[in-house]
Amino acid sequence: MHIKSMPKSITRVLAATAVGVFTAGISAPLFAETLTVYTAVEAEDLKKYAARFNEDHPDIKIKWVRDSTGIVTAKLLAEKNNPKADVVWGLAATSLMLLGEENMLQPYAPKGLDKLDPKFRDSKNPPSWTGMDAWVASICYNTVEGKKNGVPKPTSWKDLTKPAYKGHVIMPNPNSSGTGFLDVSSWLQLFGEEGGWKFMDALHENIARYTHSGSKPCKLAAAGEITVGVSFAFRGAKSKAKGAPLDIVIPTEGIGWDMEATSIIKGTKKLKAAQTLVDWSISEKANKMYNEGYAVIGIPSLAKPVKYFPKEVATKMIDNDFAWAAKNRKRILSEWQKRFDSKSDPK
Amino acid sequence: MTTAAAIPLPEIKPKLSGDDRIMRGFILLVGVWMVIAVLLPLYFMLSKSFEDNDGNFIGLLNYAEYFSTPALFYSIENSFFIAVVSTVITITLAFIYAYALTRSLMPFRGAFKVIAMIPLLAPSLLPAISFVYFFGNQGVIKGVLMGETIYGPIGIIMGEVFYTLPHALMILVTALSTADGRLYEAAISLRAGKIKTFFTVTLPGIKYGLISAIFVVFTLVITDFGIPKVIGGQFNVLATDIYKQVIGQQNFEMGAVVSVVLLIPAIAAFLVDRIVQRKQVALLTARAVPLEPKKSRGFDTAMGIYCATIAFVILAIIGMAIYASLVTFWPYNLTLGFTNYDFDVMDGGGWESFGNSLRMAAYTAVFGTAIIFTGAYMVEKTKGFALARGAIQFLCILPMAVPGMVLGLAYIFFFNHPDNPLGMIYGTMVILVVVTISHFYTVSHLTALTALKQMDPEFEAVSASLKVPFFRTFLRVTVPVCLPAILDISIYLFVNAMTTVSAVIFLYSSDTNLASVAALNMDDAGDVAPAAAMSVMIVLASATVRILHAILTRGLARRLQAWRKR
Repeated sequence: MHIKSMPKSITRVLAATAVGVFTAGISAPLFAETLTVYTAVEAEDLKKYAARFNEDHPDIKIKWVRDSTGIVTAKLLAEKNNPKADVVWGLAATSLMLLGEENMLQPYAPKGLDKLDPKFRDSKNPPSWTGMDAWVASICYNTVEGKKNGVPKPTSWKDLTKPAYKGHVIMPNPNSSGTGFLDVSSWLQLFGEEGGWKFMDALHENIARYTHSGSKPCKLAAAGEITVGVSFAFRGAKSKAKGAPLDIVIPTEGIGWDMEATSIIKGTKKLKAAQTLVDWSISEKANKMYNEGYAVIGIPSLAKPVKYFPKEVATKMIDNDFAWAAKNRKRILSEWQKRFDSKSDPK
Repeated sequence: MTTAAAIPLPEIKPKLSGDDRIMRGFILLVGVWMVIAVLLPLYFMLSKSFEDNDGNFIGLLNYAEYFSTPALFYSIENSFFIAVVSTVITITLAFIYAYALTRSLMPFRGAFKVIAMIPLLAPSLLPAISFVYFFGNQGVIKGVLMGETIYGPIGIIMGEVFYTLPHALMILVTALSTADGRLYEAAISLRAGKIKTFFTVTLPGIKYGLISAIFVVFTLVITDFGIPKVIGGQFNVLATDIYKQVIGQQNFEMGAVVSVVLLIPAIAAFLVDRIVQRKQVALLTARAVPLEPKKSRGFDTAMGIYCATIAFVILAIIGMAIYASLVTFWPYNLTLGFTNYDFDVMDGGGWESFGNSLRMAAYTAVFGTAIIFTGAYMVEKTKGFALARGAIQFLCILPMAVPGMVLGLAYIFFFNHPDNPLGMIYGTMVILVVVTISHFYTVSHLTALTALKQMDPEFEAVSASLKVPFFRTFLRVTVPVCLPAILDISIYLFVNAMTTVSAVIFLYSSDTNLASVAALNMDDAGDVAPAAAMSVMIVLASATVRILHAILTRGLARRLQAWRKR
């Protein structure tokens, strides 16, 4: 606090601003090329992904910007007029479709595209995005709490509308969470428009509450805060591996799913390096790497069973009509809000 | 000082002097800063509320659509309900606490003050985790809620009170600690009772601080989305509506509409603030004698018990979070250990993000305090120039009304605009510091104003008549007199920079990962215990800085604040 004169304190502000800019500038590493990659992949996997990629391409450094799907998608859209990302590696395909509609994606046919399951690529030629692995809806059932509360283990979606489940089910709010929307759109596709809403009306009676995050219901089930959480299988398998008394249920009617996908952002100044990364992202090596956490991957012939993942996952995935879901999203969400969200009792 | 000021001088209105010109120059500088850091980004964001998805101007169509949704009215009702209840509880608790700290001689006042500031050190995730462990379905004392669920209004209000208590306390302590002992002596000699004295001397004296505190708490609660999101269940409030629009549906236009709706209470509060301010009289006149509380065993004991209770609750919440960070897998494997503190094997940039947070917080504290206190001084003490001062005053109050998420997005739109020459700071540490200063500008500004308003303008008048340049008065008199407030501001900025999430989550890059964001992402990924561990680390770091600050304050206080004693 030995400021002698006012102008000095102002000079300090300016000087430090300059220092800040400077230090941010010099932190660039010594790789031949650095790619800024936006992702929503689990953070603990990021180091592994980059390291495996660098085994084959040591000259390209990956700078990750990671957050949850909603935040990354919002950030990408907000940066639309001056994109900062070179590549998106590991974001929901539905989010990439949204970016595609805004004309933000650079179409590219990576090497080895023909080996990919046709479901796991944009149908256009060349495709705007290619898939990595699928994340599938499922029910997380806490066996300990189930026994305590007299709530039987469900086997189907319809089971959840039975009276025994009243107040014991949590699902994500589709207005806040992509997973929630995935569930709702899959029910409408499975049971038809009318049947789907009727199912949700009945389900609503049993729901304890809706959450904002898609992984939260399973997390709550893992912590015994609720008996049944409607979430996705990947999260369930992880919690189970940590010791949670969870059973992961794949409902017999079928399950909604989305995939993690990869794309080049239009306008990147490092197109070559970006293409190298996307080539690698659908390689056999990459697919085997995805398979360490995900049961369903882009090259199905390589898939091996994953610990704690139910085996029937691949066969139960519905024939998800992403185009239909995207086109009707707004209508479905406002209908859902009208039916269920405004019912949340005001105090 | 009292000798210098003892010469009675009438208020003089000097012509526009060199000093005035310099001060006006500074006012303009502050104005430019506010325009760049607050007004323009917000314009870029909020103007979207009048646009369709493709950026075409569509007038009020979005508003019409929004106001035709029935769910909206529940959100408005819920928001006001939560804000009013939380404000009443917080202000009551904080007022008694601040009163005890400043007007009683109970023991451990220093410790109580430090403990009450702890909630400020904690990311909003921390009380949420604690509340679930206390009151959730597996909670250790869930019976207390008598069957009510923590995931709803009860949880939100508890969280908001925990989070806003230090904010209110900071302003109220500043207001209560500056009092003219002569007024109380007069009250005693006039045989006014304790209660009468309270209503005729104490309350009017702190009116400005009290109203500021009420408005700060109300606005903080109504714009906060962290606590409703983490523990609010499906209880919809306006701030979570923005989250749904922006993050859930990438609908920036609707998000902007809700943000504009949220600005209304803040603008109303600003108007009230203006009216009250006009009537505020300087408390600490140059002839004032600092009030020294007298010993009163009954009163001191009662206050001590009250403060101890509040302090115990705060410590219990922190304690539960520490416990949560040590448990292997709640509630099924309660073995304790330190594995959750091994951040380098977990998400969010590991220990590096912790270092980034410390750097960011330090920059924010140093530059933020310099900018904010100087700005407040210029706004308060410059003569004339009313329009510019009023406009800047408004811009200083505005950030409080803006949810961090909206501010963060606004910064993307503005600073990442291809034509913006300031675009170079995008993606660097600088933008994180700038956004954090802006986000927490209002409370700091109000604290500075509260301290400045209690100083008699006679100090300046005397200086001016003695031909002392204003900056010398500023550095020799104003800064030392306001030093406690200045240090409070810097510590406030530091700890908030450590815990903030909502604005910076859109702005950090791979080199500038932050600990608070890491904690949130760990919790999101289901790693509750590591998230609690990172939160505990944030609290510890801020607490360490706070303790250093306390030692520093004490040293400085002895040198610079001796005049407060007789």
